[in-house]
Amino acid sequence: MTAHGENTPLTAETLQKEILGFLTEHIKTDVEPDQDLFASGVVSSMFAMQLVVHLEDAYDIAIVGGDLKLDNFRTVEGMTGLVLRLRDTAEAAGNA
Amino acid sequence: MAEKPTLVKCLVWDLDNTVWDGTLLEDPNVELFPGIRDTIIELDSRGVLHSVSSKNDHDLAWNRLEELGLAEYFVHPQIGWGRKSDAVRLIAERLNFAEKAVAFIDDLPTERAEVNFHAPDIRCYPADEATKLSGLPEFSPEIVTVDARRRREMYQAGFRRDAEKETFNGPDEEFLRTLDLVMEIKRADEEDLSRVEELTLRTSQMNATGVHYSDAALRALLADPDHEVLTVTLTDRFGPHGAVGVLLLERHPDLWHLKLLATSCRVVTFGAGAVLLNWLIDQAARAGVHLAADFKRTDRNRMMDIAYRFAGFADDPCACVAVLGEPAGEGVQRLHLLADRREAPTTMRLGAPELAAAAGEKDAVA
Repeated sequence: MTAHGENTPLTAETLQKEILGFLTEHIKTDVEPDQDLFASGVVSSMFAMQLVVHLEDAYDIAIVGGDLKLDNFRTVEGMTGLVLRLRDTAEAAGNA
Repeated sequence: MAEKPTLVKCLVWDLDNTVWDGTLLEDPNVELFPGIRDTIIELDSRGVLHSVSSKNDHDLAWNRLEELGLAEYFVHPQIGWGRKSDAVRLIAERLNFAEKAVAFIDDLPTERAEVNFHAPDIRCYPADEATKLSGLPEFSPEIVTVDARRRREMYQAGFRRDAEKETFNGPDEEFLRTLDLVMEIKRADEEDLSRVEELTLRTSQMNATGVHYSDAALRALLADPDHEVLTVTLTDRFGPHGAVGVLLLERHPDLWHLKLLATSCRVVTFGAGAVLLNWLIDQAARAGVHLAADFKRTDRNRMMDIAYRFAGFADDPCACVAVLGEPAGEGVQRLHLLADRREAPTTMRLGAPELAAAAGEKDAVA
C-alpha cells in the first residue's frame, strides 16, 4: 500500500480513488463513491472491520471512540472525509 | 512454591530412533519403540498437539506412520531434508504458538543442539525420555476440558477450512455462507463453564471486553436470578469450533448490563462478535430495555472495540446507567445503546434462548 509522507499531500480525489481501489480488490464489485455500502449489502460489518484497520495502516491515523460509528464507513465519500479530518487533526497536533 | 512451567502445547517428534526403533531407509518395516503409542495418545487426550520433524523421504515416512496407525495424530508434519530448527519454528508459526509452548524430542544431541541454537525457547528432550513425558508438569494441564480433548480435531478441521478458503474466489461473506455455520447460545451449566474456562483464564488474549471475571465468580452467578451466564458454541461442516464464547449479563428493570463478553480469537474472522451483539440487542429491544456494556481497551481487543461501536454502542450519556454505579476496575468504559430490532444473521444459523421473558420465568424457559 502506498505510504503517504509529509511531502506527498493527499487530496480527497486521490484518497477516494485509493479507497475505491481497495474495495474493488477485496469485494470484487465496482462501487460508486456515494453508494451506501451497507444498505446495498455490498459490505458486511465484518469487512467493515477490515476496512478500519486498512485505513489506519495506510493513512497513519487512529480511528477510535465515536469516530468508529458505522455511519462513517457507509460510503466511500464518508470514509474520505473521515481520513482527511483525522489527518488534519494529527497534523495540527504536531503528530504528523 | 516453585513456579509452574509453561505448558507444552505442541510436541514435535523426530522419527528414526525416536518414534521407531531403527532407520526407515534401512528397514522399511521399523516398529515403534514400546510405550510411544501410549504416550502420543495420552498427550493427545490432554490437548497437547503432536507434529513431526524428520530427515526422511516424505512419502515413505508418512506411509509408515499411516501403516502404524499414528498419522492422524500429527499436524503440520515436516518431513524432508532441511534444518530441524526451521521445521520446528515453521510448525510453531503455522499453529500460531509461541516457541516456548513448543517442545522437540530427538535421539541425536546434535539435532537438539541445532534447534536450541536457533530457537532457544523450544524445549528439547532426548528420545530415551519419551515415555516419561506424560509424567512431567509441563505436559500436564490442570484442567482438561472437553474442547482440549478435541483440540487436534478442531485444528485439523481448521486446516481443511483454510485450504478451502484459499481456493474460494469471492467475498468473505459468501465463503462464510458455504460453511454452514451454526452458532448455539445457551444458558450455562457447570459443564458448559468448564468448556469456556480457557476463555476466562487467558484473559489477556481472549477476553474481548478486557473486563475480567474469574471462573469461580461466573459459577457463583449461575443460580442468581438477576444474572444470565451464557455460553456460545460454533460448528460448521468441517467440524466443531468448540466453545467459543461466554457472556455475562445482569438484568435491571429498564436496563440490561453486559458485564462480560469473551470470544475465542479463532472465531473473530467469522464475525462471531457482531452476531452475538446483534442477537443481544434484538433481545433487549423485545424486552423494551436499554443496553449498557463494559469495555476496557487492551492492545489485543481492537476487533471487539470496533464490533461494539459498529453495533451502535456509544459514549452518549443516558440516565438509565445511573443504577449501575461506577464501572468496576480502572480504564473500564461504559458504553450505552438504545436497543432496536435487528435482523437475524445472514452468515450463520443461530440457536438461542429467549431472554426477553421476565427473569422470574428463567427456569421455565431454560
